[in-house]
Amino acid sequence: MDRSLVIGALIFACLLAMPVLLPLVGAEYLTGLLIKAMLLAIAAISLDLIIGHGGMVSLGHAAFIGVGAYAAAIGLESGIENILVLLLLTLVVTGGIALITGALALRTTGVYFLMITLAFGQMIYFTLTSLAAYGGDDGLTLWSLATFFGSDIVQNRGGLYFVILAVLFLSWFGVYRISQSRFGRVLRAARDNPQRAEVMGYPIARYQLIAYVIAALIAGISGLLLVQHAEFVSPSIAAWQRSGDLIVAVVLGGLGTRNGALLGAFFIVIVEELLSSVIHEWRLIYGPLLVLLVLYAKGGLNDLLTPAAQKGR
Amino acid sequence: MLEIENLHKSFGALTVSHDISLSVGAGQCHAVIGPNGAGKTTLIHQISGVLRQDKGRVALDGKDVSALSVWERVQAGLGRTFQITSVLPSFSVLENVATAVQAKNGSSLRFLAAAAREAALNDIAQDILTRVGLGARSGQQAADLSHGELRLLELAIALAGEPKCLLLDEPMAGLGRTESVALIDLLRTLREELPMLLVEHDMDAVFQLADDLSVLVDGQIVARGTPDEVRQNPKARAAYLGEGSG
Ligand SMILES: Nc1ncnc2c1ncn2[C@@H]1O[C@H](COP(=O)(O)OP(=O)(O)OP(=O)(O)O)[C@@H](O)[C@H]1O
Ligand SMILES: [Mg+2]
Repeated sequence: MDRSLVIGALIFACLLAMPVLLPLVGAEYLTGLLIKAMLLAIAAISLDLIIGHGGMVSLGHAAFIGVGAYAAAIGLESGIENILVLLLLTLVVTGGIALITGALALRTTGVYFLMITLAFGQMIYFTLTSLAAYGGDDGLTLWSLATFFGSDIVQNRGGLYFVILAVLFLSWFGVYRISQSRFGRVLRAARDNPQRAEVMGYPIARYQLIAYVIAALIAGISGLLLVQHAEFVSPSIAAWQRSGDLIVAVVLGGLGTRNGALLGAFFIVIVEELLSSVIHEWRLIYGPLLVLLVLYAKGGLNDLLTPAAQKGR
Repeated sequence: MLEIENLHKSFGALTVSHDISLSVGAGQCHAVIGPNGAGKTTLIHQISGVLRQDKGRVALDGKDVSALSVWERVQAGLGRTFQITSVLPSFSVLENVATAVQAKNGSSLRFLAAAAREAALNDIAQDILTRVGLGARSGQQAADLSHGELRLLELAIALAGEPKCLLLDEPMAGLGRTESVALIDLLRTLREELPMLLVEHDMDAVFQLADDLSVLVDGQIVARGTPDEVRQNPKARAAYLGEGSG
């Protein structure tokens, strides 16, 4: 059996058991940390679709988390309560913005693509900071949260943890399935050798744009969930540094692999937490640690856990 | 089949295609020879749409394809190989060809079913690989193939697109003696069903394969005819044949 699938299944089994296990050892406070990691993982997995499988390095992906979060927050402020309606709103807004920015960004490749996605990301970030009615720079605390037809199952005090876990599972499962599908094959071909893919008869920019929009939609959903969890939203979630974190997660975990983005996101959140609780200047250790990992584990954490022959590529 | 009329292209002051007209009929192999820098690759780039011509037109099966983009021309039936081998290095040999087969077989906007398990695509791909002599290598990663095998893989990819006409840019380049003899045999059988435009330095290949021959020098066709006619043509000899092994 595919080892990467076993590892992935184990991770999800652990995550499923945590809400039961943590209270037993009096560590319920870690639930918030796990949610933080899961939300980062959802966005990182979506980014891996375009970076790992598509070869398009975007430095503006966190902006879509911001767009999704603000779409939901503004929806809530306007009195929409049903999470499914908010989800639809989030998807429409995020998808629309991704379609426009993606179509323009995909006229470029490589470092220019990186620059233009960064620029779009910053435009979105500054737009969010200028939403004075919704808190501007300071962000917005939400006094009412979304419900699932009146039920609080989609809130922290209900079952939000499991909702986020389910979305994480769907993203993990779905993105890998997509990467192995006909569509994903064209996407990977365009990453490997764009001209070859084109001379196979594929209009590659269209496939790349679809991947870009799918990735943005997933990131937007993580923004919606972030709002539900934090009960607060601020433009900082869309800052370019956040996009950088996502890239670190994807690269560290292993580009274009089944578990890479998932492992990378958890690694970042857990290591940050551990180091910062031990010493104040934790970033002094964190930096060199990243350097070592990138140098010595070229295929990322995924490669450390999965022998080359059985890689879930 | 393939008609090229008055193709003209310059890069700044350098004219690389000067009013080039030529045609490839059904079941024919039209070879283009010429010294380095004559504009052979640029010509193939224009026919396949990789480069846009300044003037002139390209027609396939009587249909003008000059305004189409690269992928549309491939879909219309123009297959090509590259002078510098171009494959998908991280894909397996089989998946390289299966990806090309996929472009001709149903929609690629399918997001969930695993493509690698589609027997319909794999069977066609395997048949093509067997045909070019790579049948036993289908499980290898493309990046692990030898230079000669990569050239064959590229040909297999081009064939997988079910072309009506094939453009080959120096397919023999860098091949050993036995490899090129095998490739010439293969191209000879292909020629029966598939017209081709062959750019080639290897004179043995050209004289064995070509029905028509054009000699391109500095972007201009200076001589054309059957290989034997061209061999007798003093202009062609001076321009090209004399300097090579002929
Ligand atoms: N993009 C470009 N911009 C400017 N000049 C170019 C460009 N591409 C090719 N050239 C020039 O056009 C001329 C023809 O190039 P081309 O590659 O078509 O020659 P060729 O006949 O294929 O040569 P070879 O036998 O070496 O493959 C050369 O002088 C080359 O330097
Ligand atoms: Mg050339």
